[in-house]
Amino acid sequence: MKRVICIECPNGCALEINEETLEVTGNRCKRGEIFIKSELTNPKRTIQTTVKTIFKEVPVVPVRVSSLIPKDKIFDVMKEIKKVVIDKKLKIGDVVIKDVLDLGVDVIITSNKLNEF
Amino acid sequence: MNNHYDLIVIGSGPAGISSAISAKENGSNCLLIEREASLGGILKQCIHDGFGLITFNEKLSGPEYIERYIEKFKKLNIDYLTLAFVIDIKKTPENFILEVVTRDGIKEFYSDSLILACGCRERTAKGVFIHGTRPYGVLTAGSAQALVNLNGVVVGKNVCILGSGDIGLIMARRMVLEGANVIGVYEIKDTPSGLSRNIHQCLNDYNIPLHLSTTVKRVFGYERLEAIEIVKVDKNFKPIDGTEEIIECDTLLLSVGLIPENELGEKIGIEIDSRTKGAKCDNNFETVIDNVYTCGNSTHVNDLVDYVSLSGKIAGKMTTIKKDSPRLLKDIIIKGNTMYLVPQMLNINSDLSNVEMFFRSNCDLKEPIITISVDGNIIFKKKYMVLRPPEMEKISVNLSQVNKDSTIEFNIEGIKL
Repeated sequence: MKRVICIECPNGCALEINEETLEVTGNRCKRGEIFIKSELTNPKRTIQTTVKTIFKEVPVVPVRVSSLIPKDKIFDVMKEIKKVVIDKKLKIGDVVIKDVLDLGVDVIITSNKLNEF
Repeated sequence: MNNHYDLIVIGSGPAGISSAISAKENGSNCLLIEREASLGGILKQCIHDGFGLITFNEKLSGPEYIERYIEKFKKLNIDYLTLAFVIDIKKTPENFILEVVTRDGIKEFYSDSLILACGCRERTAKGVFIHGTRPYGVLTAGSAQALVNLNGVVVGKNVCILGSGDIGLIMARRMVLEGANVIGVYEIKDTPSGLSRNIHQCLNDYNIPLHLSTTVKRVFGYERLEAIEIVKVDKNFKPIDGTEEIIECDTLLLSVGLIPENELGEKIGIEIDSRTKGAKCDNNFETVIDNVYTCGNSTHVNDLVDYVSLSGKIAGKMTTIKKDSPRLLKDIIIKGNTMYLVPQMLNINSDLSNVEMFFRSNCDLKEPIITISVDGNIIFKKKYMVLRPPEMEKISVNLSQVNKDSTIEFNIEGIKL
């Protein structure tokens, strides 16, 4: 038996998986079952952080990865994000880094605050 | 700008914005007042994801969530003021008079109804009795969050966190991503305050240790924080002599609780519930004072923004519904392992067919059962797998059969974990 706390939603179900039969218990929905299987084979996470801009009114703007990335790539992706300085008034959803580190996900802006001053 | 409104909303966080939208959509002429330079409240700095799972079935970041509402708010052409601060509210037989400091000086505004959506503020070092010097580097988790996420300023290199509330956990991860070393999170209670998922994804993922039954006794340093003294505590939170330990660090973040802000409402007589520390309200989020409504975190500290928006939506709509008869308020009696219940009372002269109820248990419970009874007869029953104080639950209940002579009881019973 392996135990994992599900991070899919605020319920935070205490999941248990039988490693032989792969039977999952403790989950209140289907997402829990998918989560624990991924967590034990190829754990994935998202990142939300900020990137610098050249605008003094909005010195940083929030970004996130467009989809899940392998957990062990978090710090590599952070390094890439830290290299970016935004010099245009980008909008929510605009891509800051396309296909970051060939992981198949983009780094995207999550606020329209650059368009508000 | 006219100075007379049907409704004035104070605060532009998720509760205030959603209440103004709902009021406007139901025909209200309303004004929203915000003290900061831009709309959105605390969500502007909550760049992490997980918002809006219930409302949008998506995991949005805070800015993404609130900007959806702000866009709608602006499309509806609702009047609003930013950099405006309400300094006084008076209640007259005709209406409410608000005295507001604006960029154009002090102005008066009048309204028939009020929605108080001022959210919470954080408890500070003063509130938790930390001894020692007053160096730079001791700040609330929310202040550190604003500095890093809005201004791009990382507040320290070697960080300790007191309190395991969700903001503290999220800031632990955030500081690590920004290159800081997070030494540990110290929690005075013997269970974590934050959600289990945040313990997992914010602490465990980054190997940040969580020390339970431990608190910070003293801080050291003159200019900048140099070290803290931690100590183990017993069941009554009393420090255990001989367990002290000095930890070198330059930053101490405090995540030691939120206090609903209701000082403005208290000026006109709203009551505060000692359990929620927020404004006491009926099933329509109306406080004990007629036509004064509360919503969001000034009612009680919510885990989920979706429920904050929901409370705003209900409050906003209710301000537009004319009451056929005066309110008849009936307290709900809470029993068993209930930490708190919102609403605390029912307006018998209103629609009770779908009452939204929010509650927490006062301890970890296995297989608890929630029951609501009217005059001793159980009219609602729900079983949970587990209930923990950090996890708020919501139910929708038909309480139509309640009348002015009814005794209404809300009970949580379960096996203590």
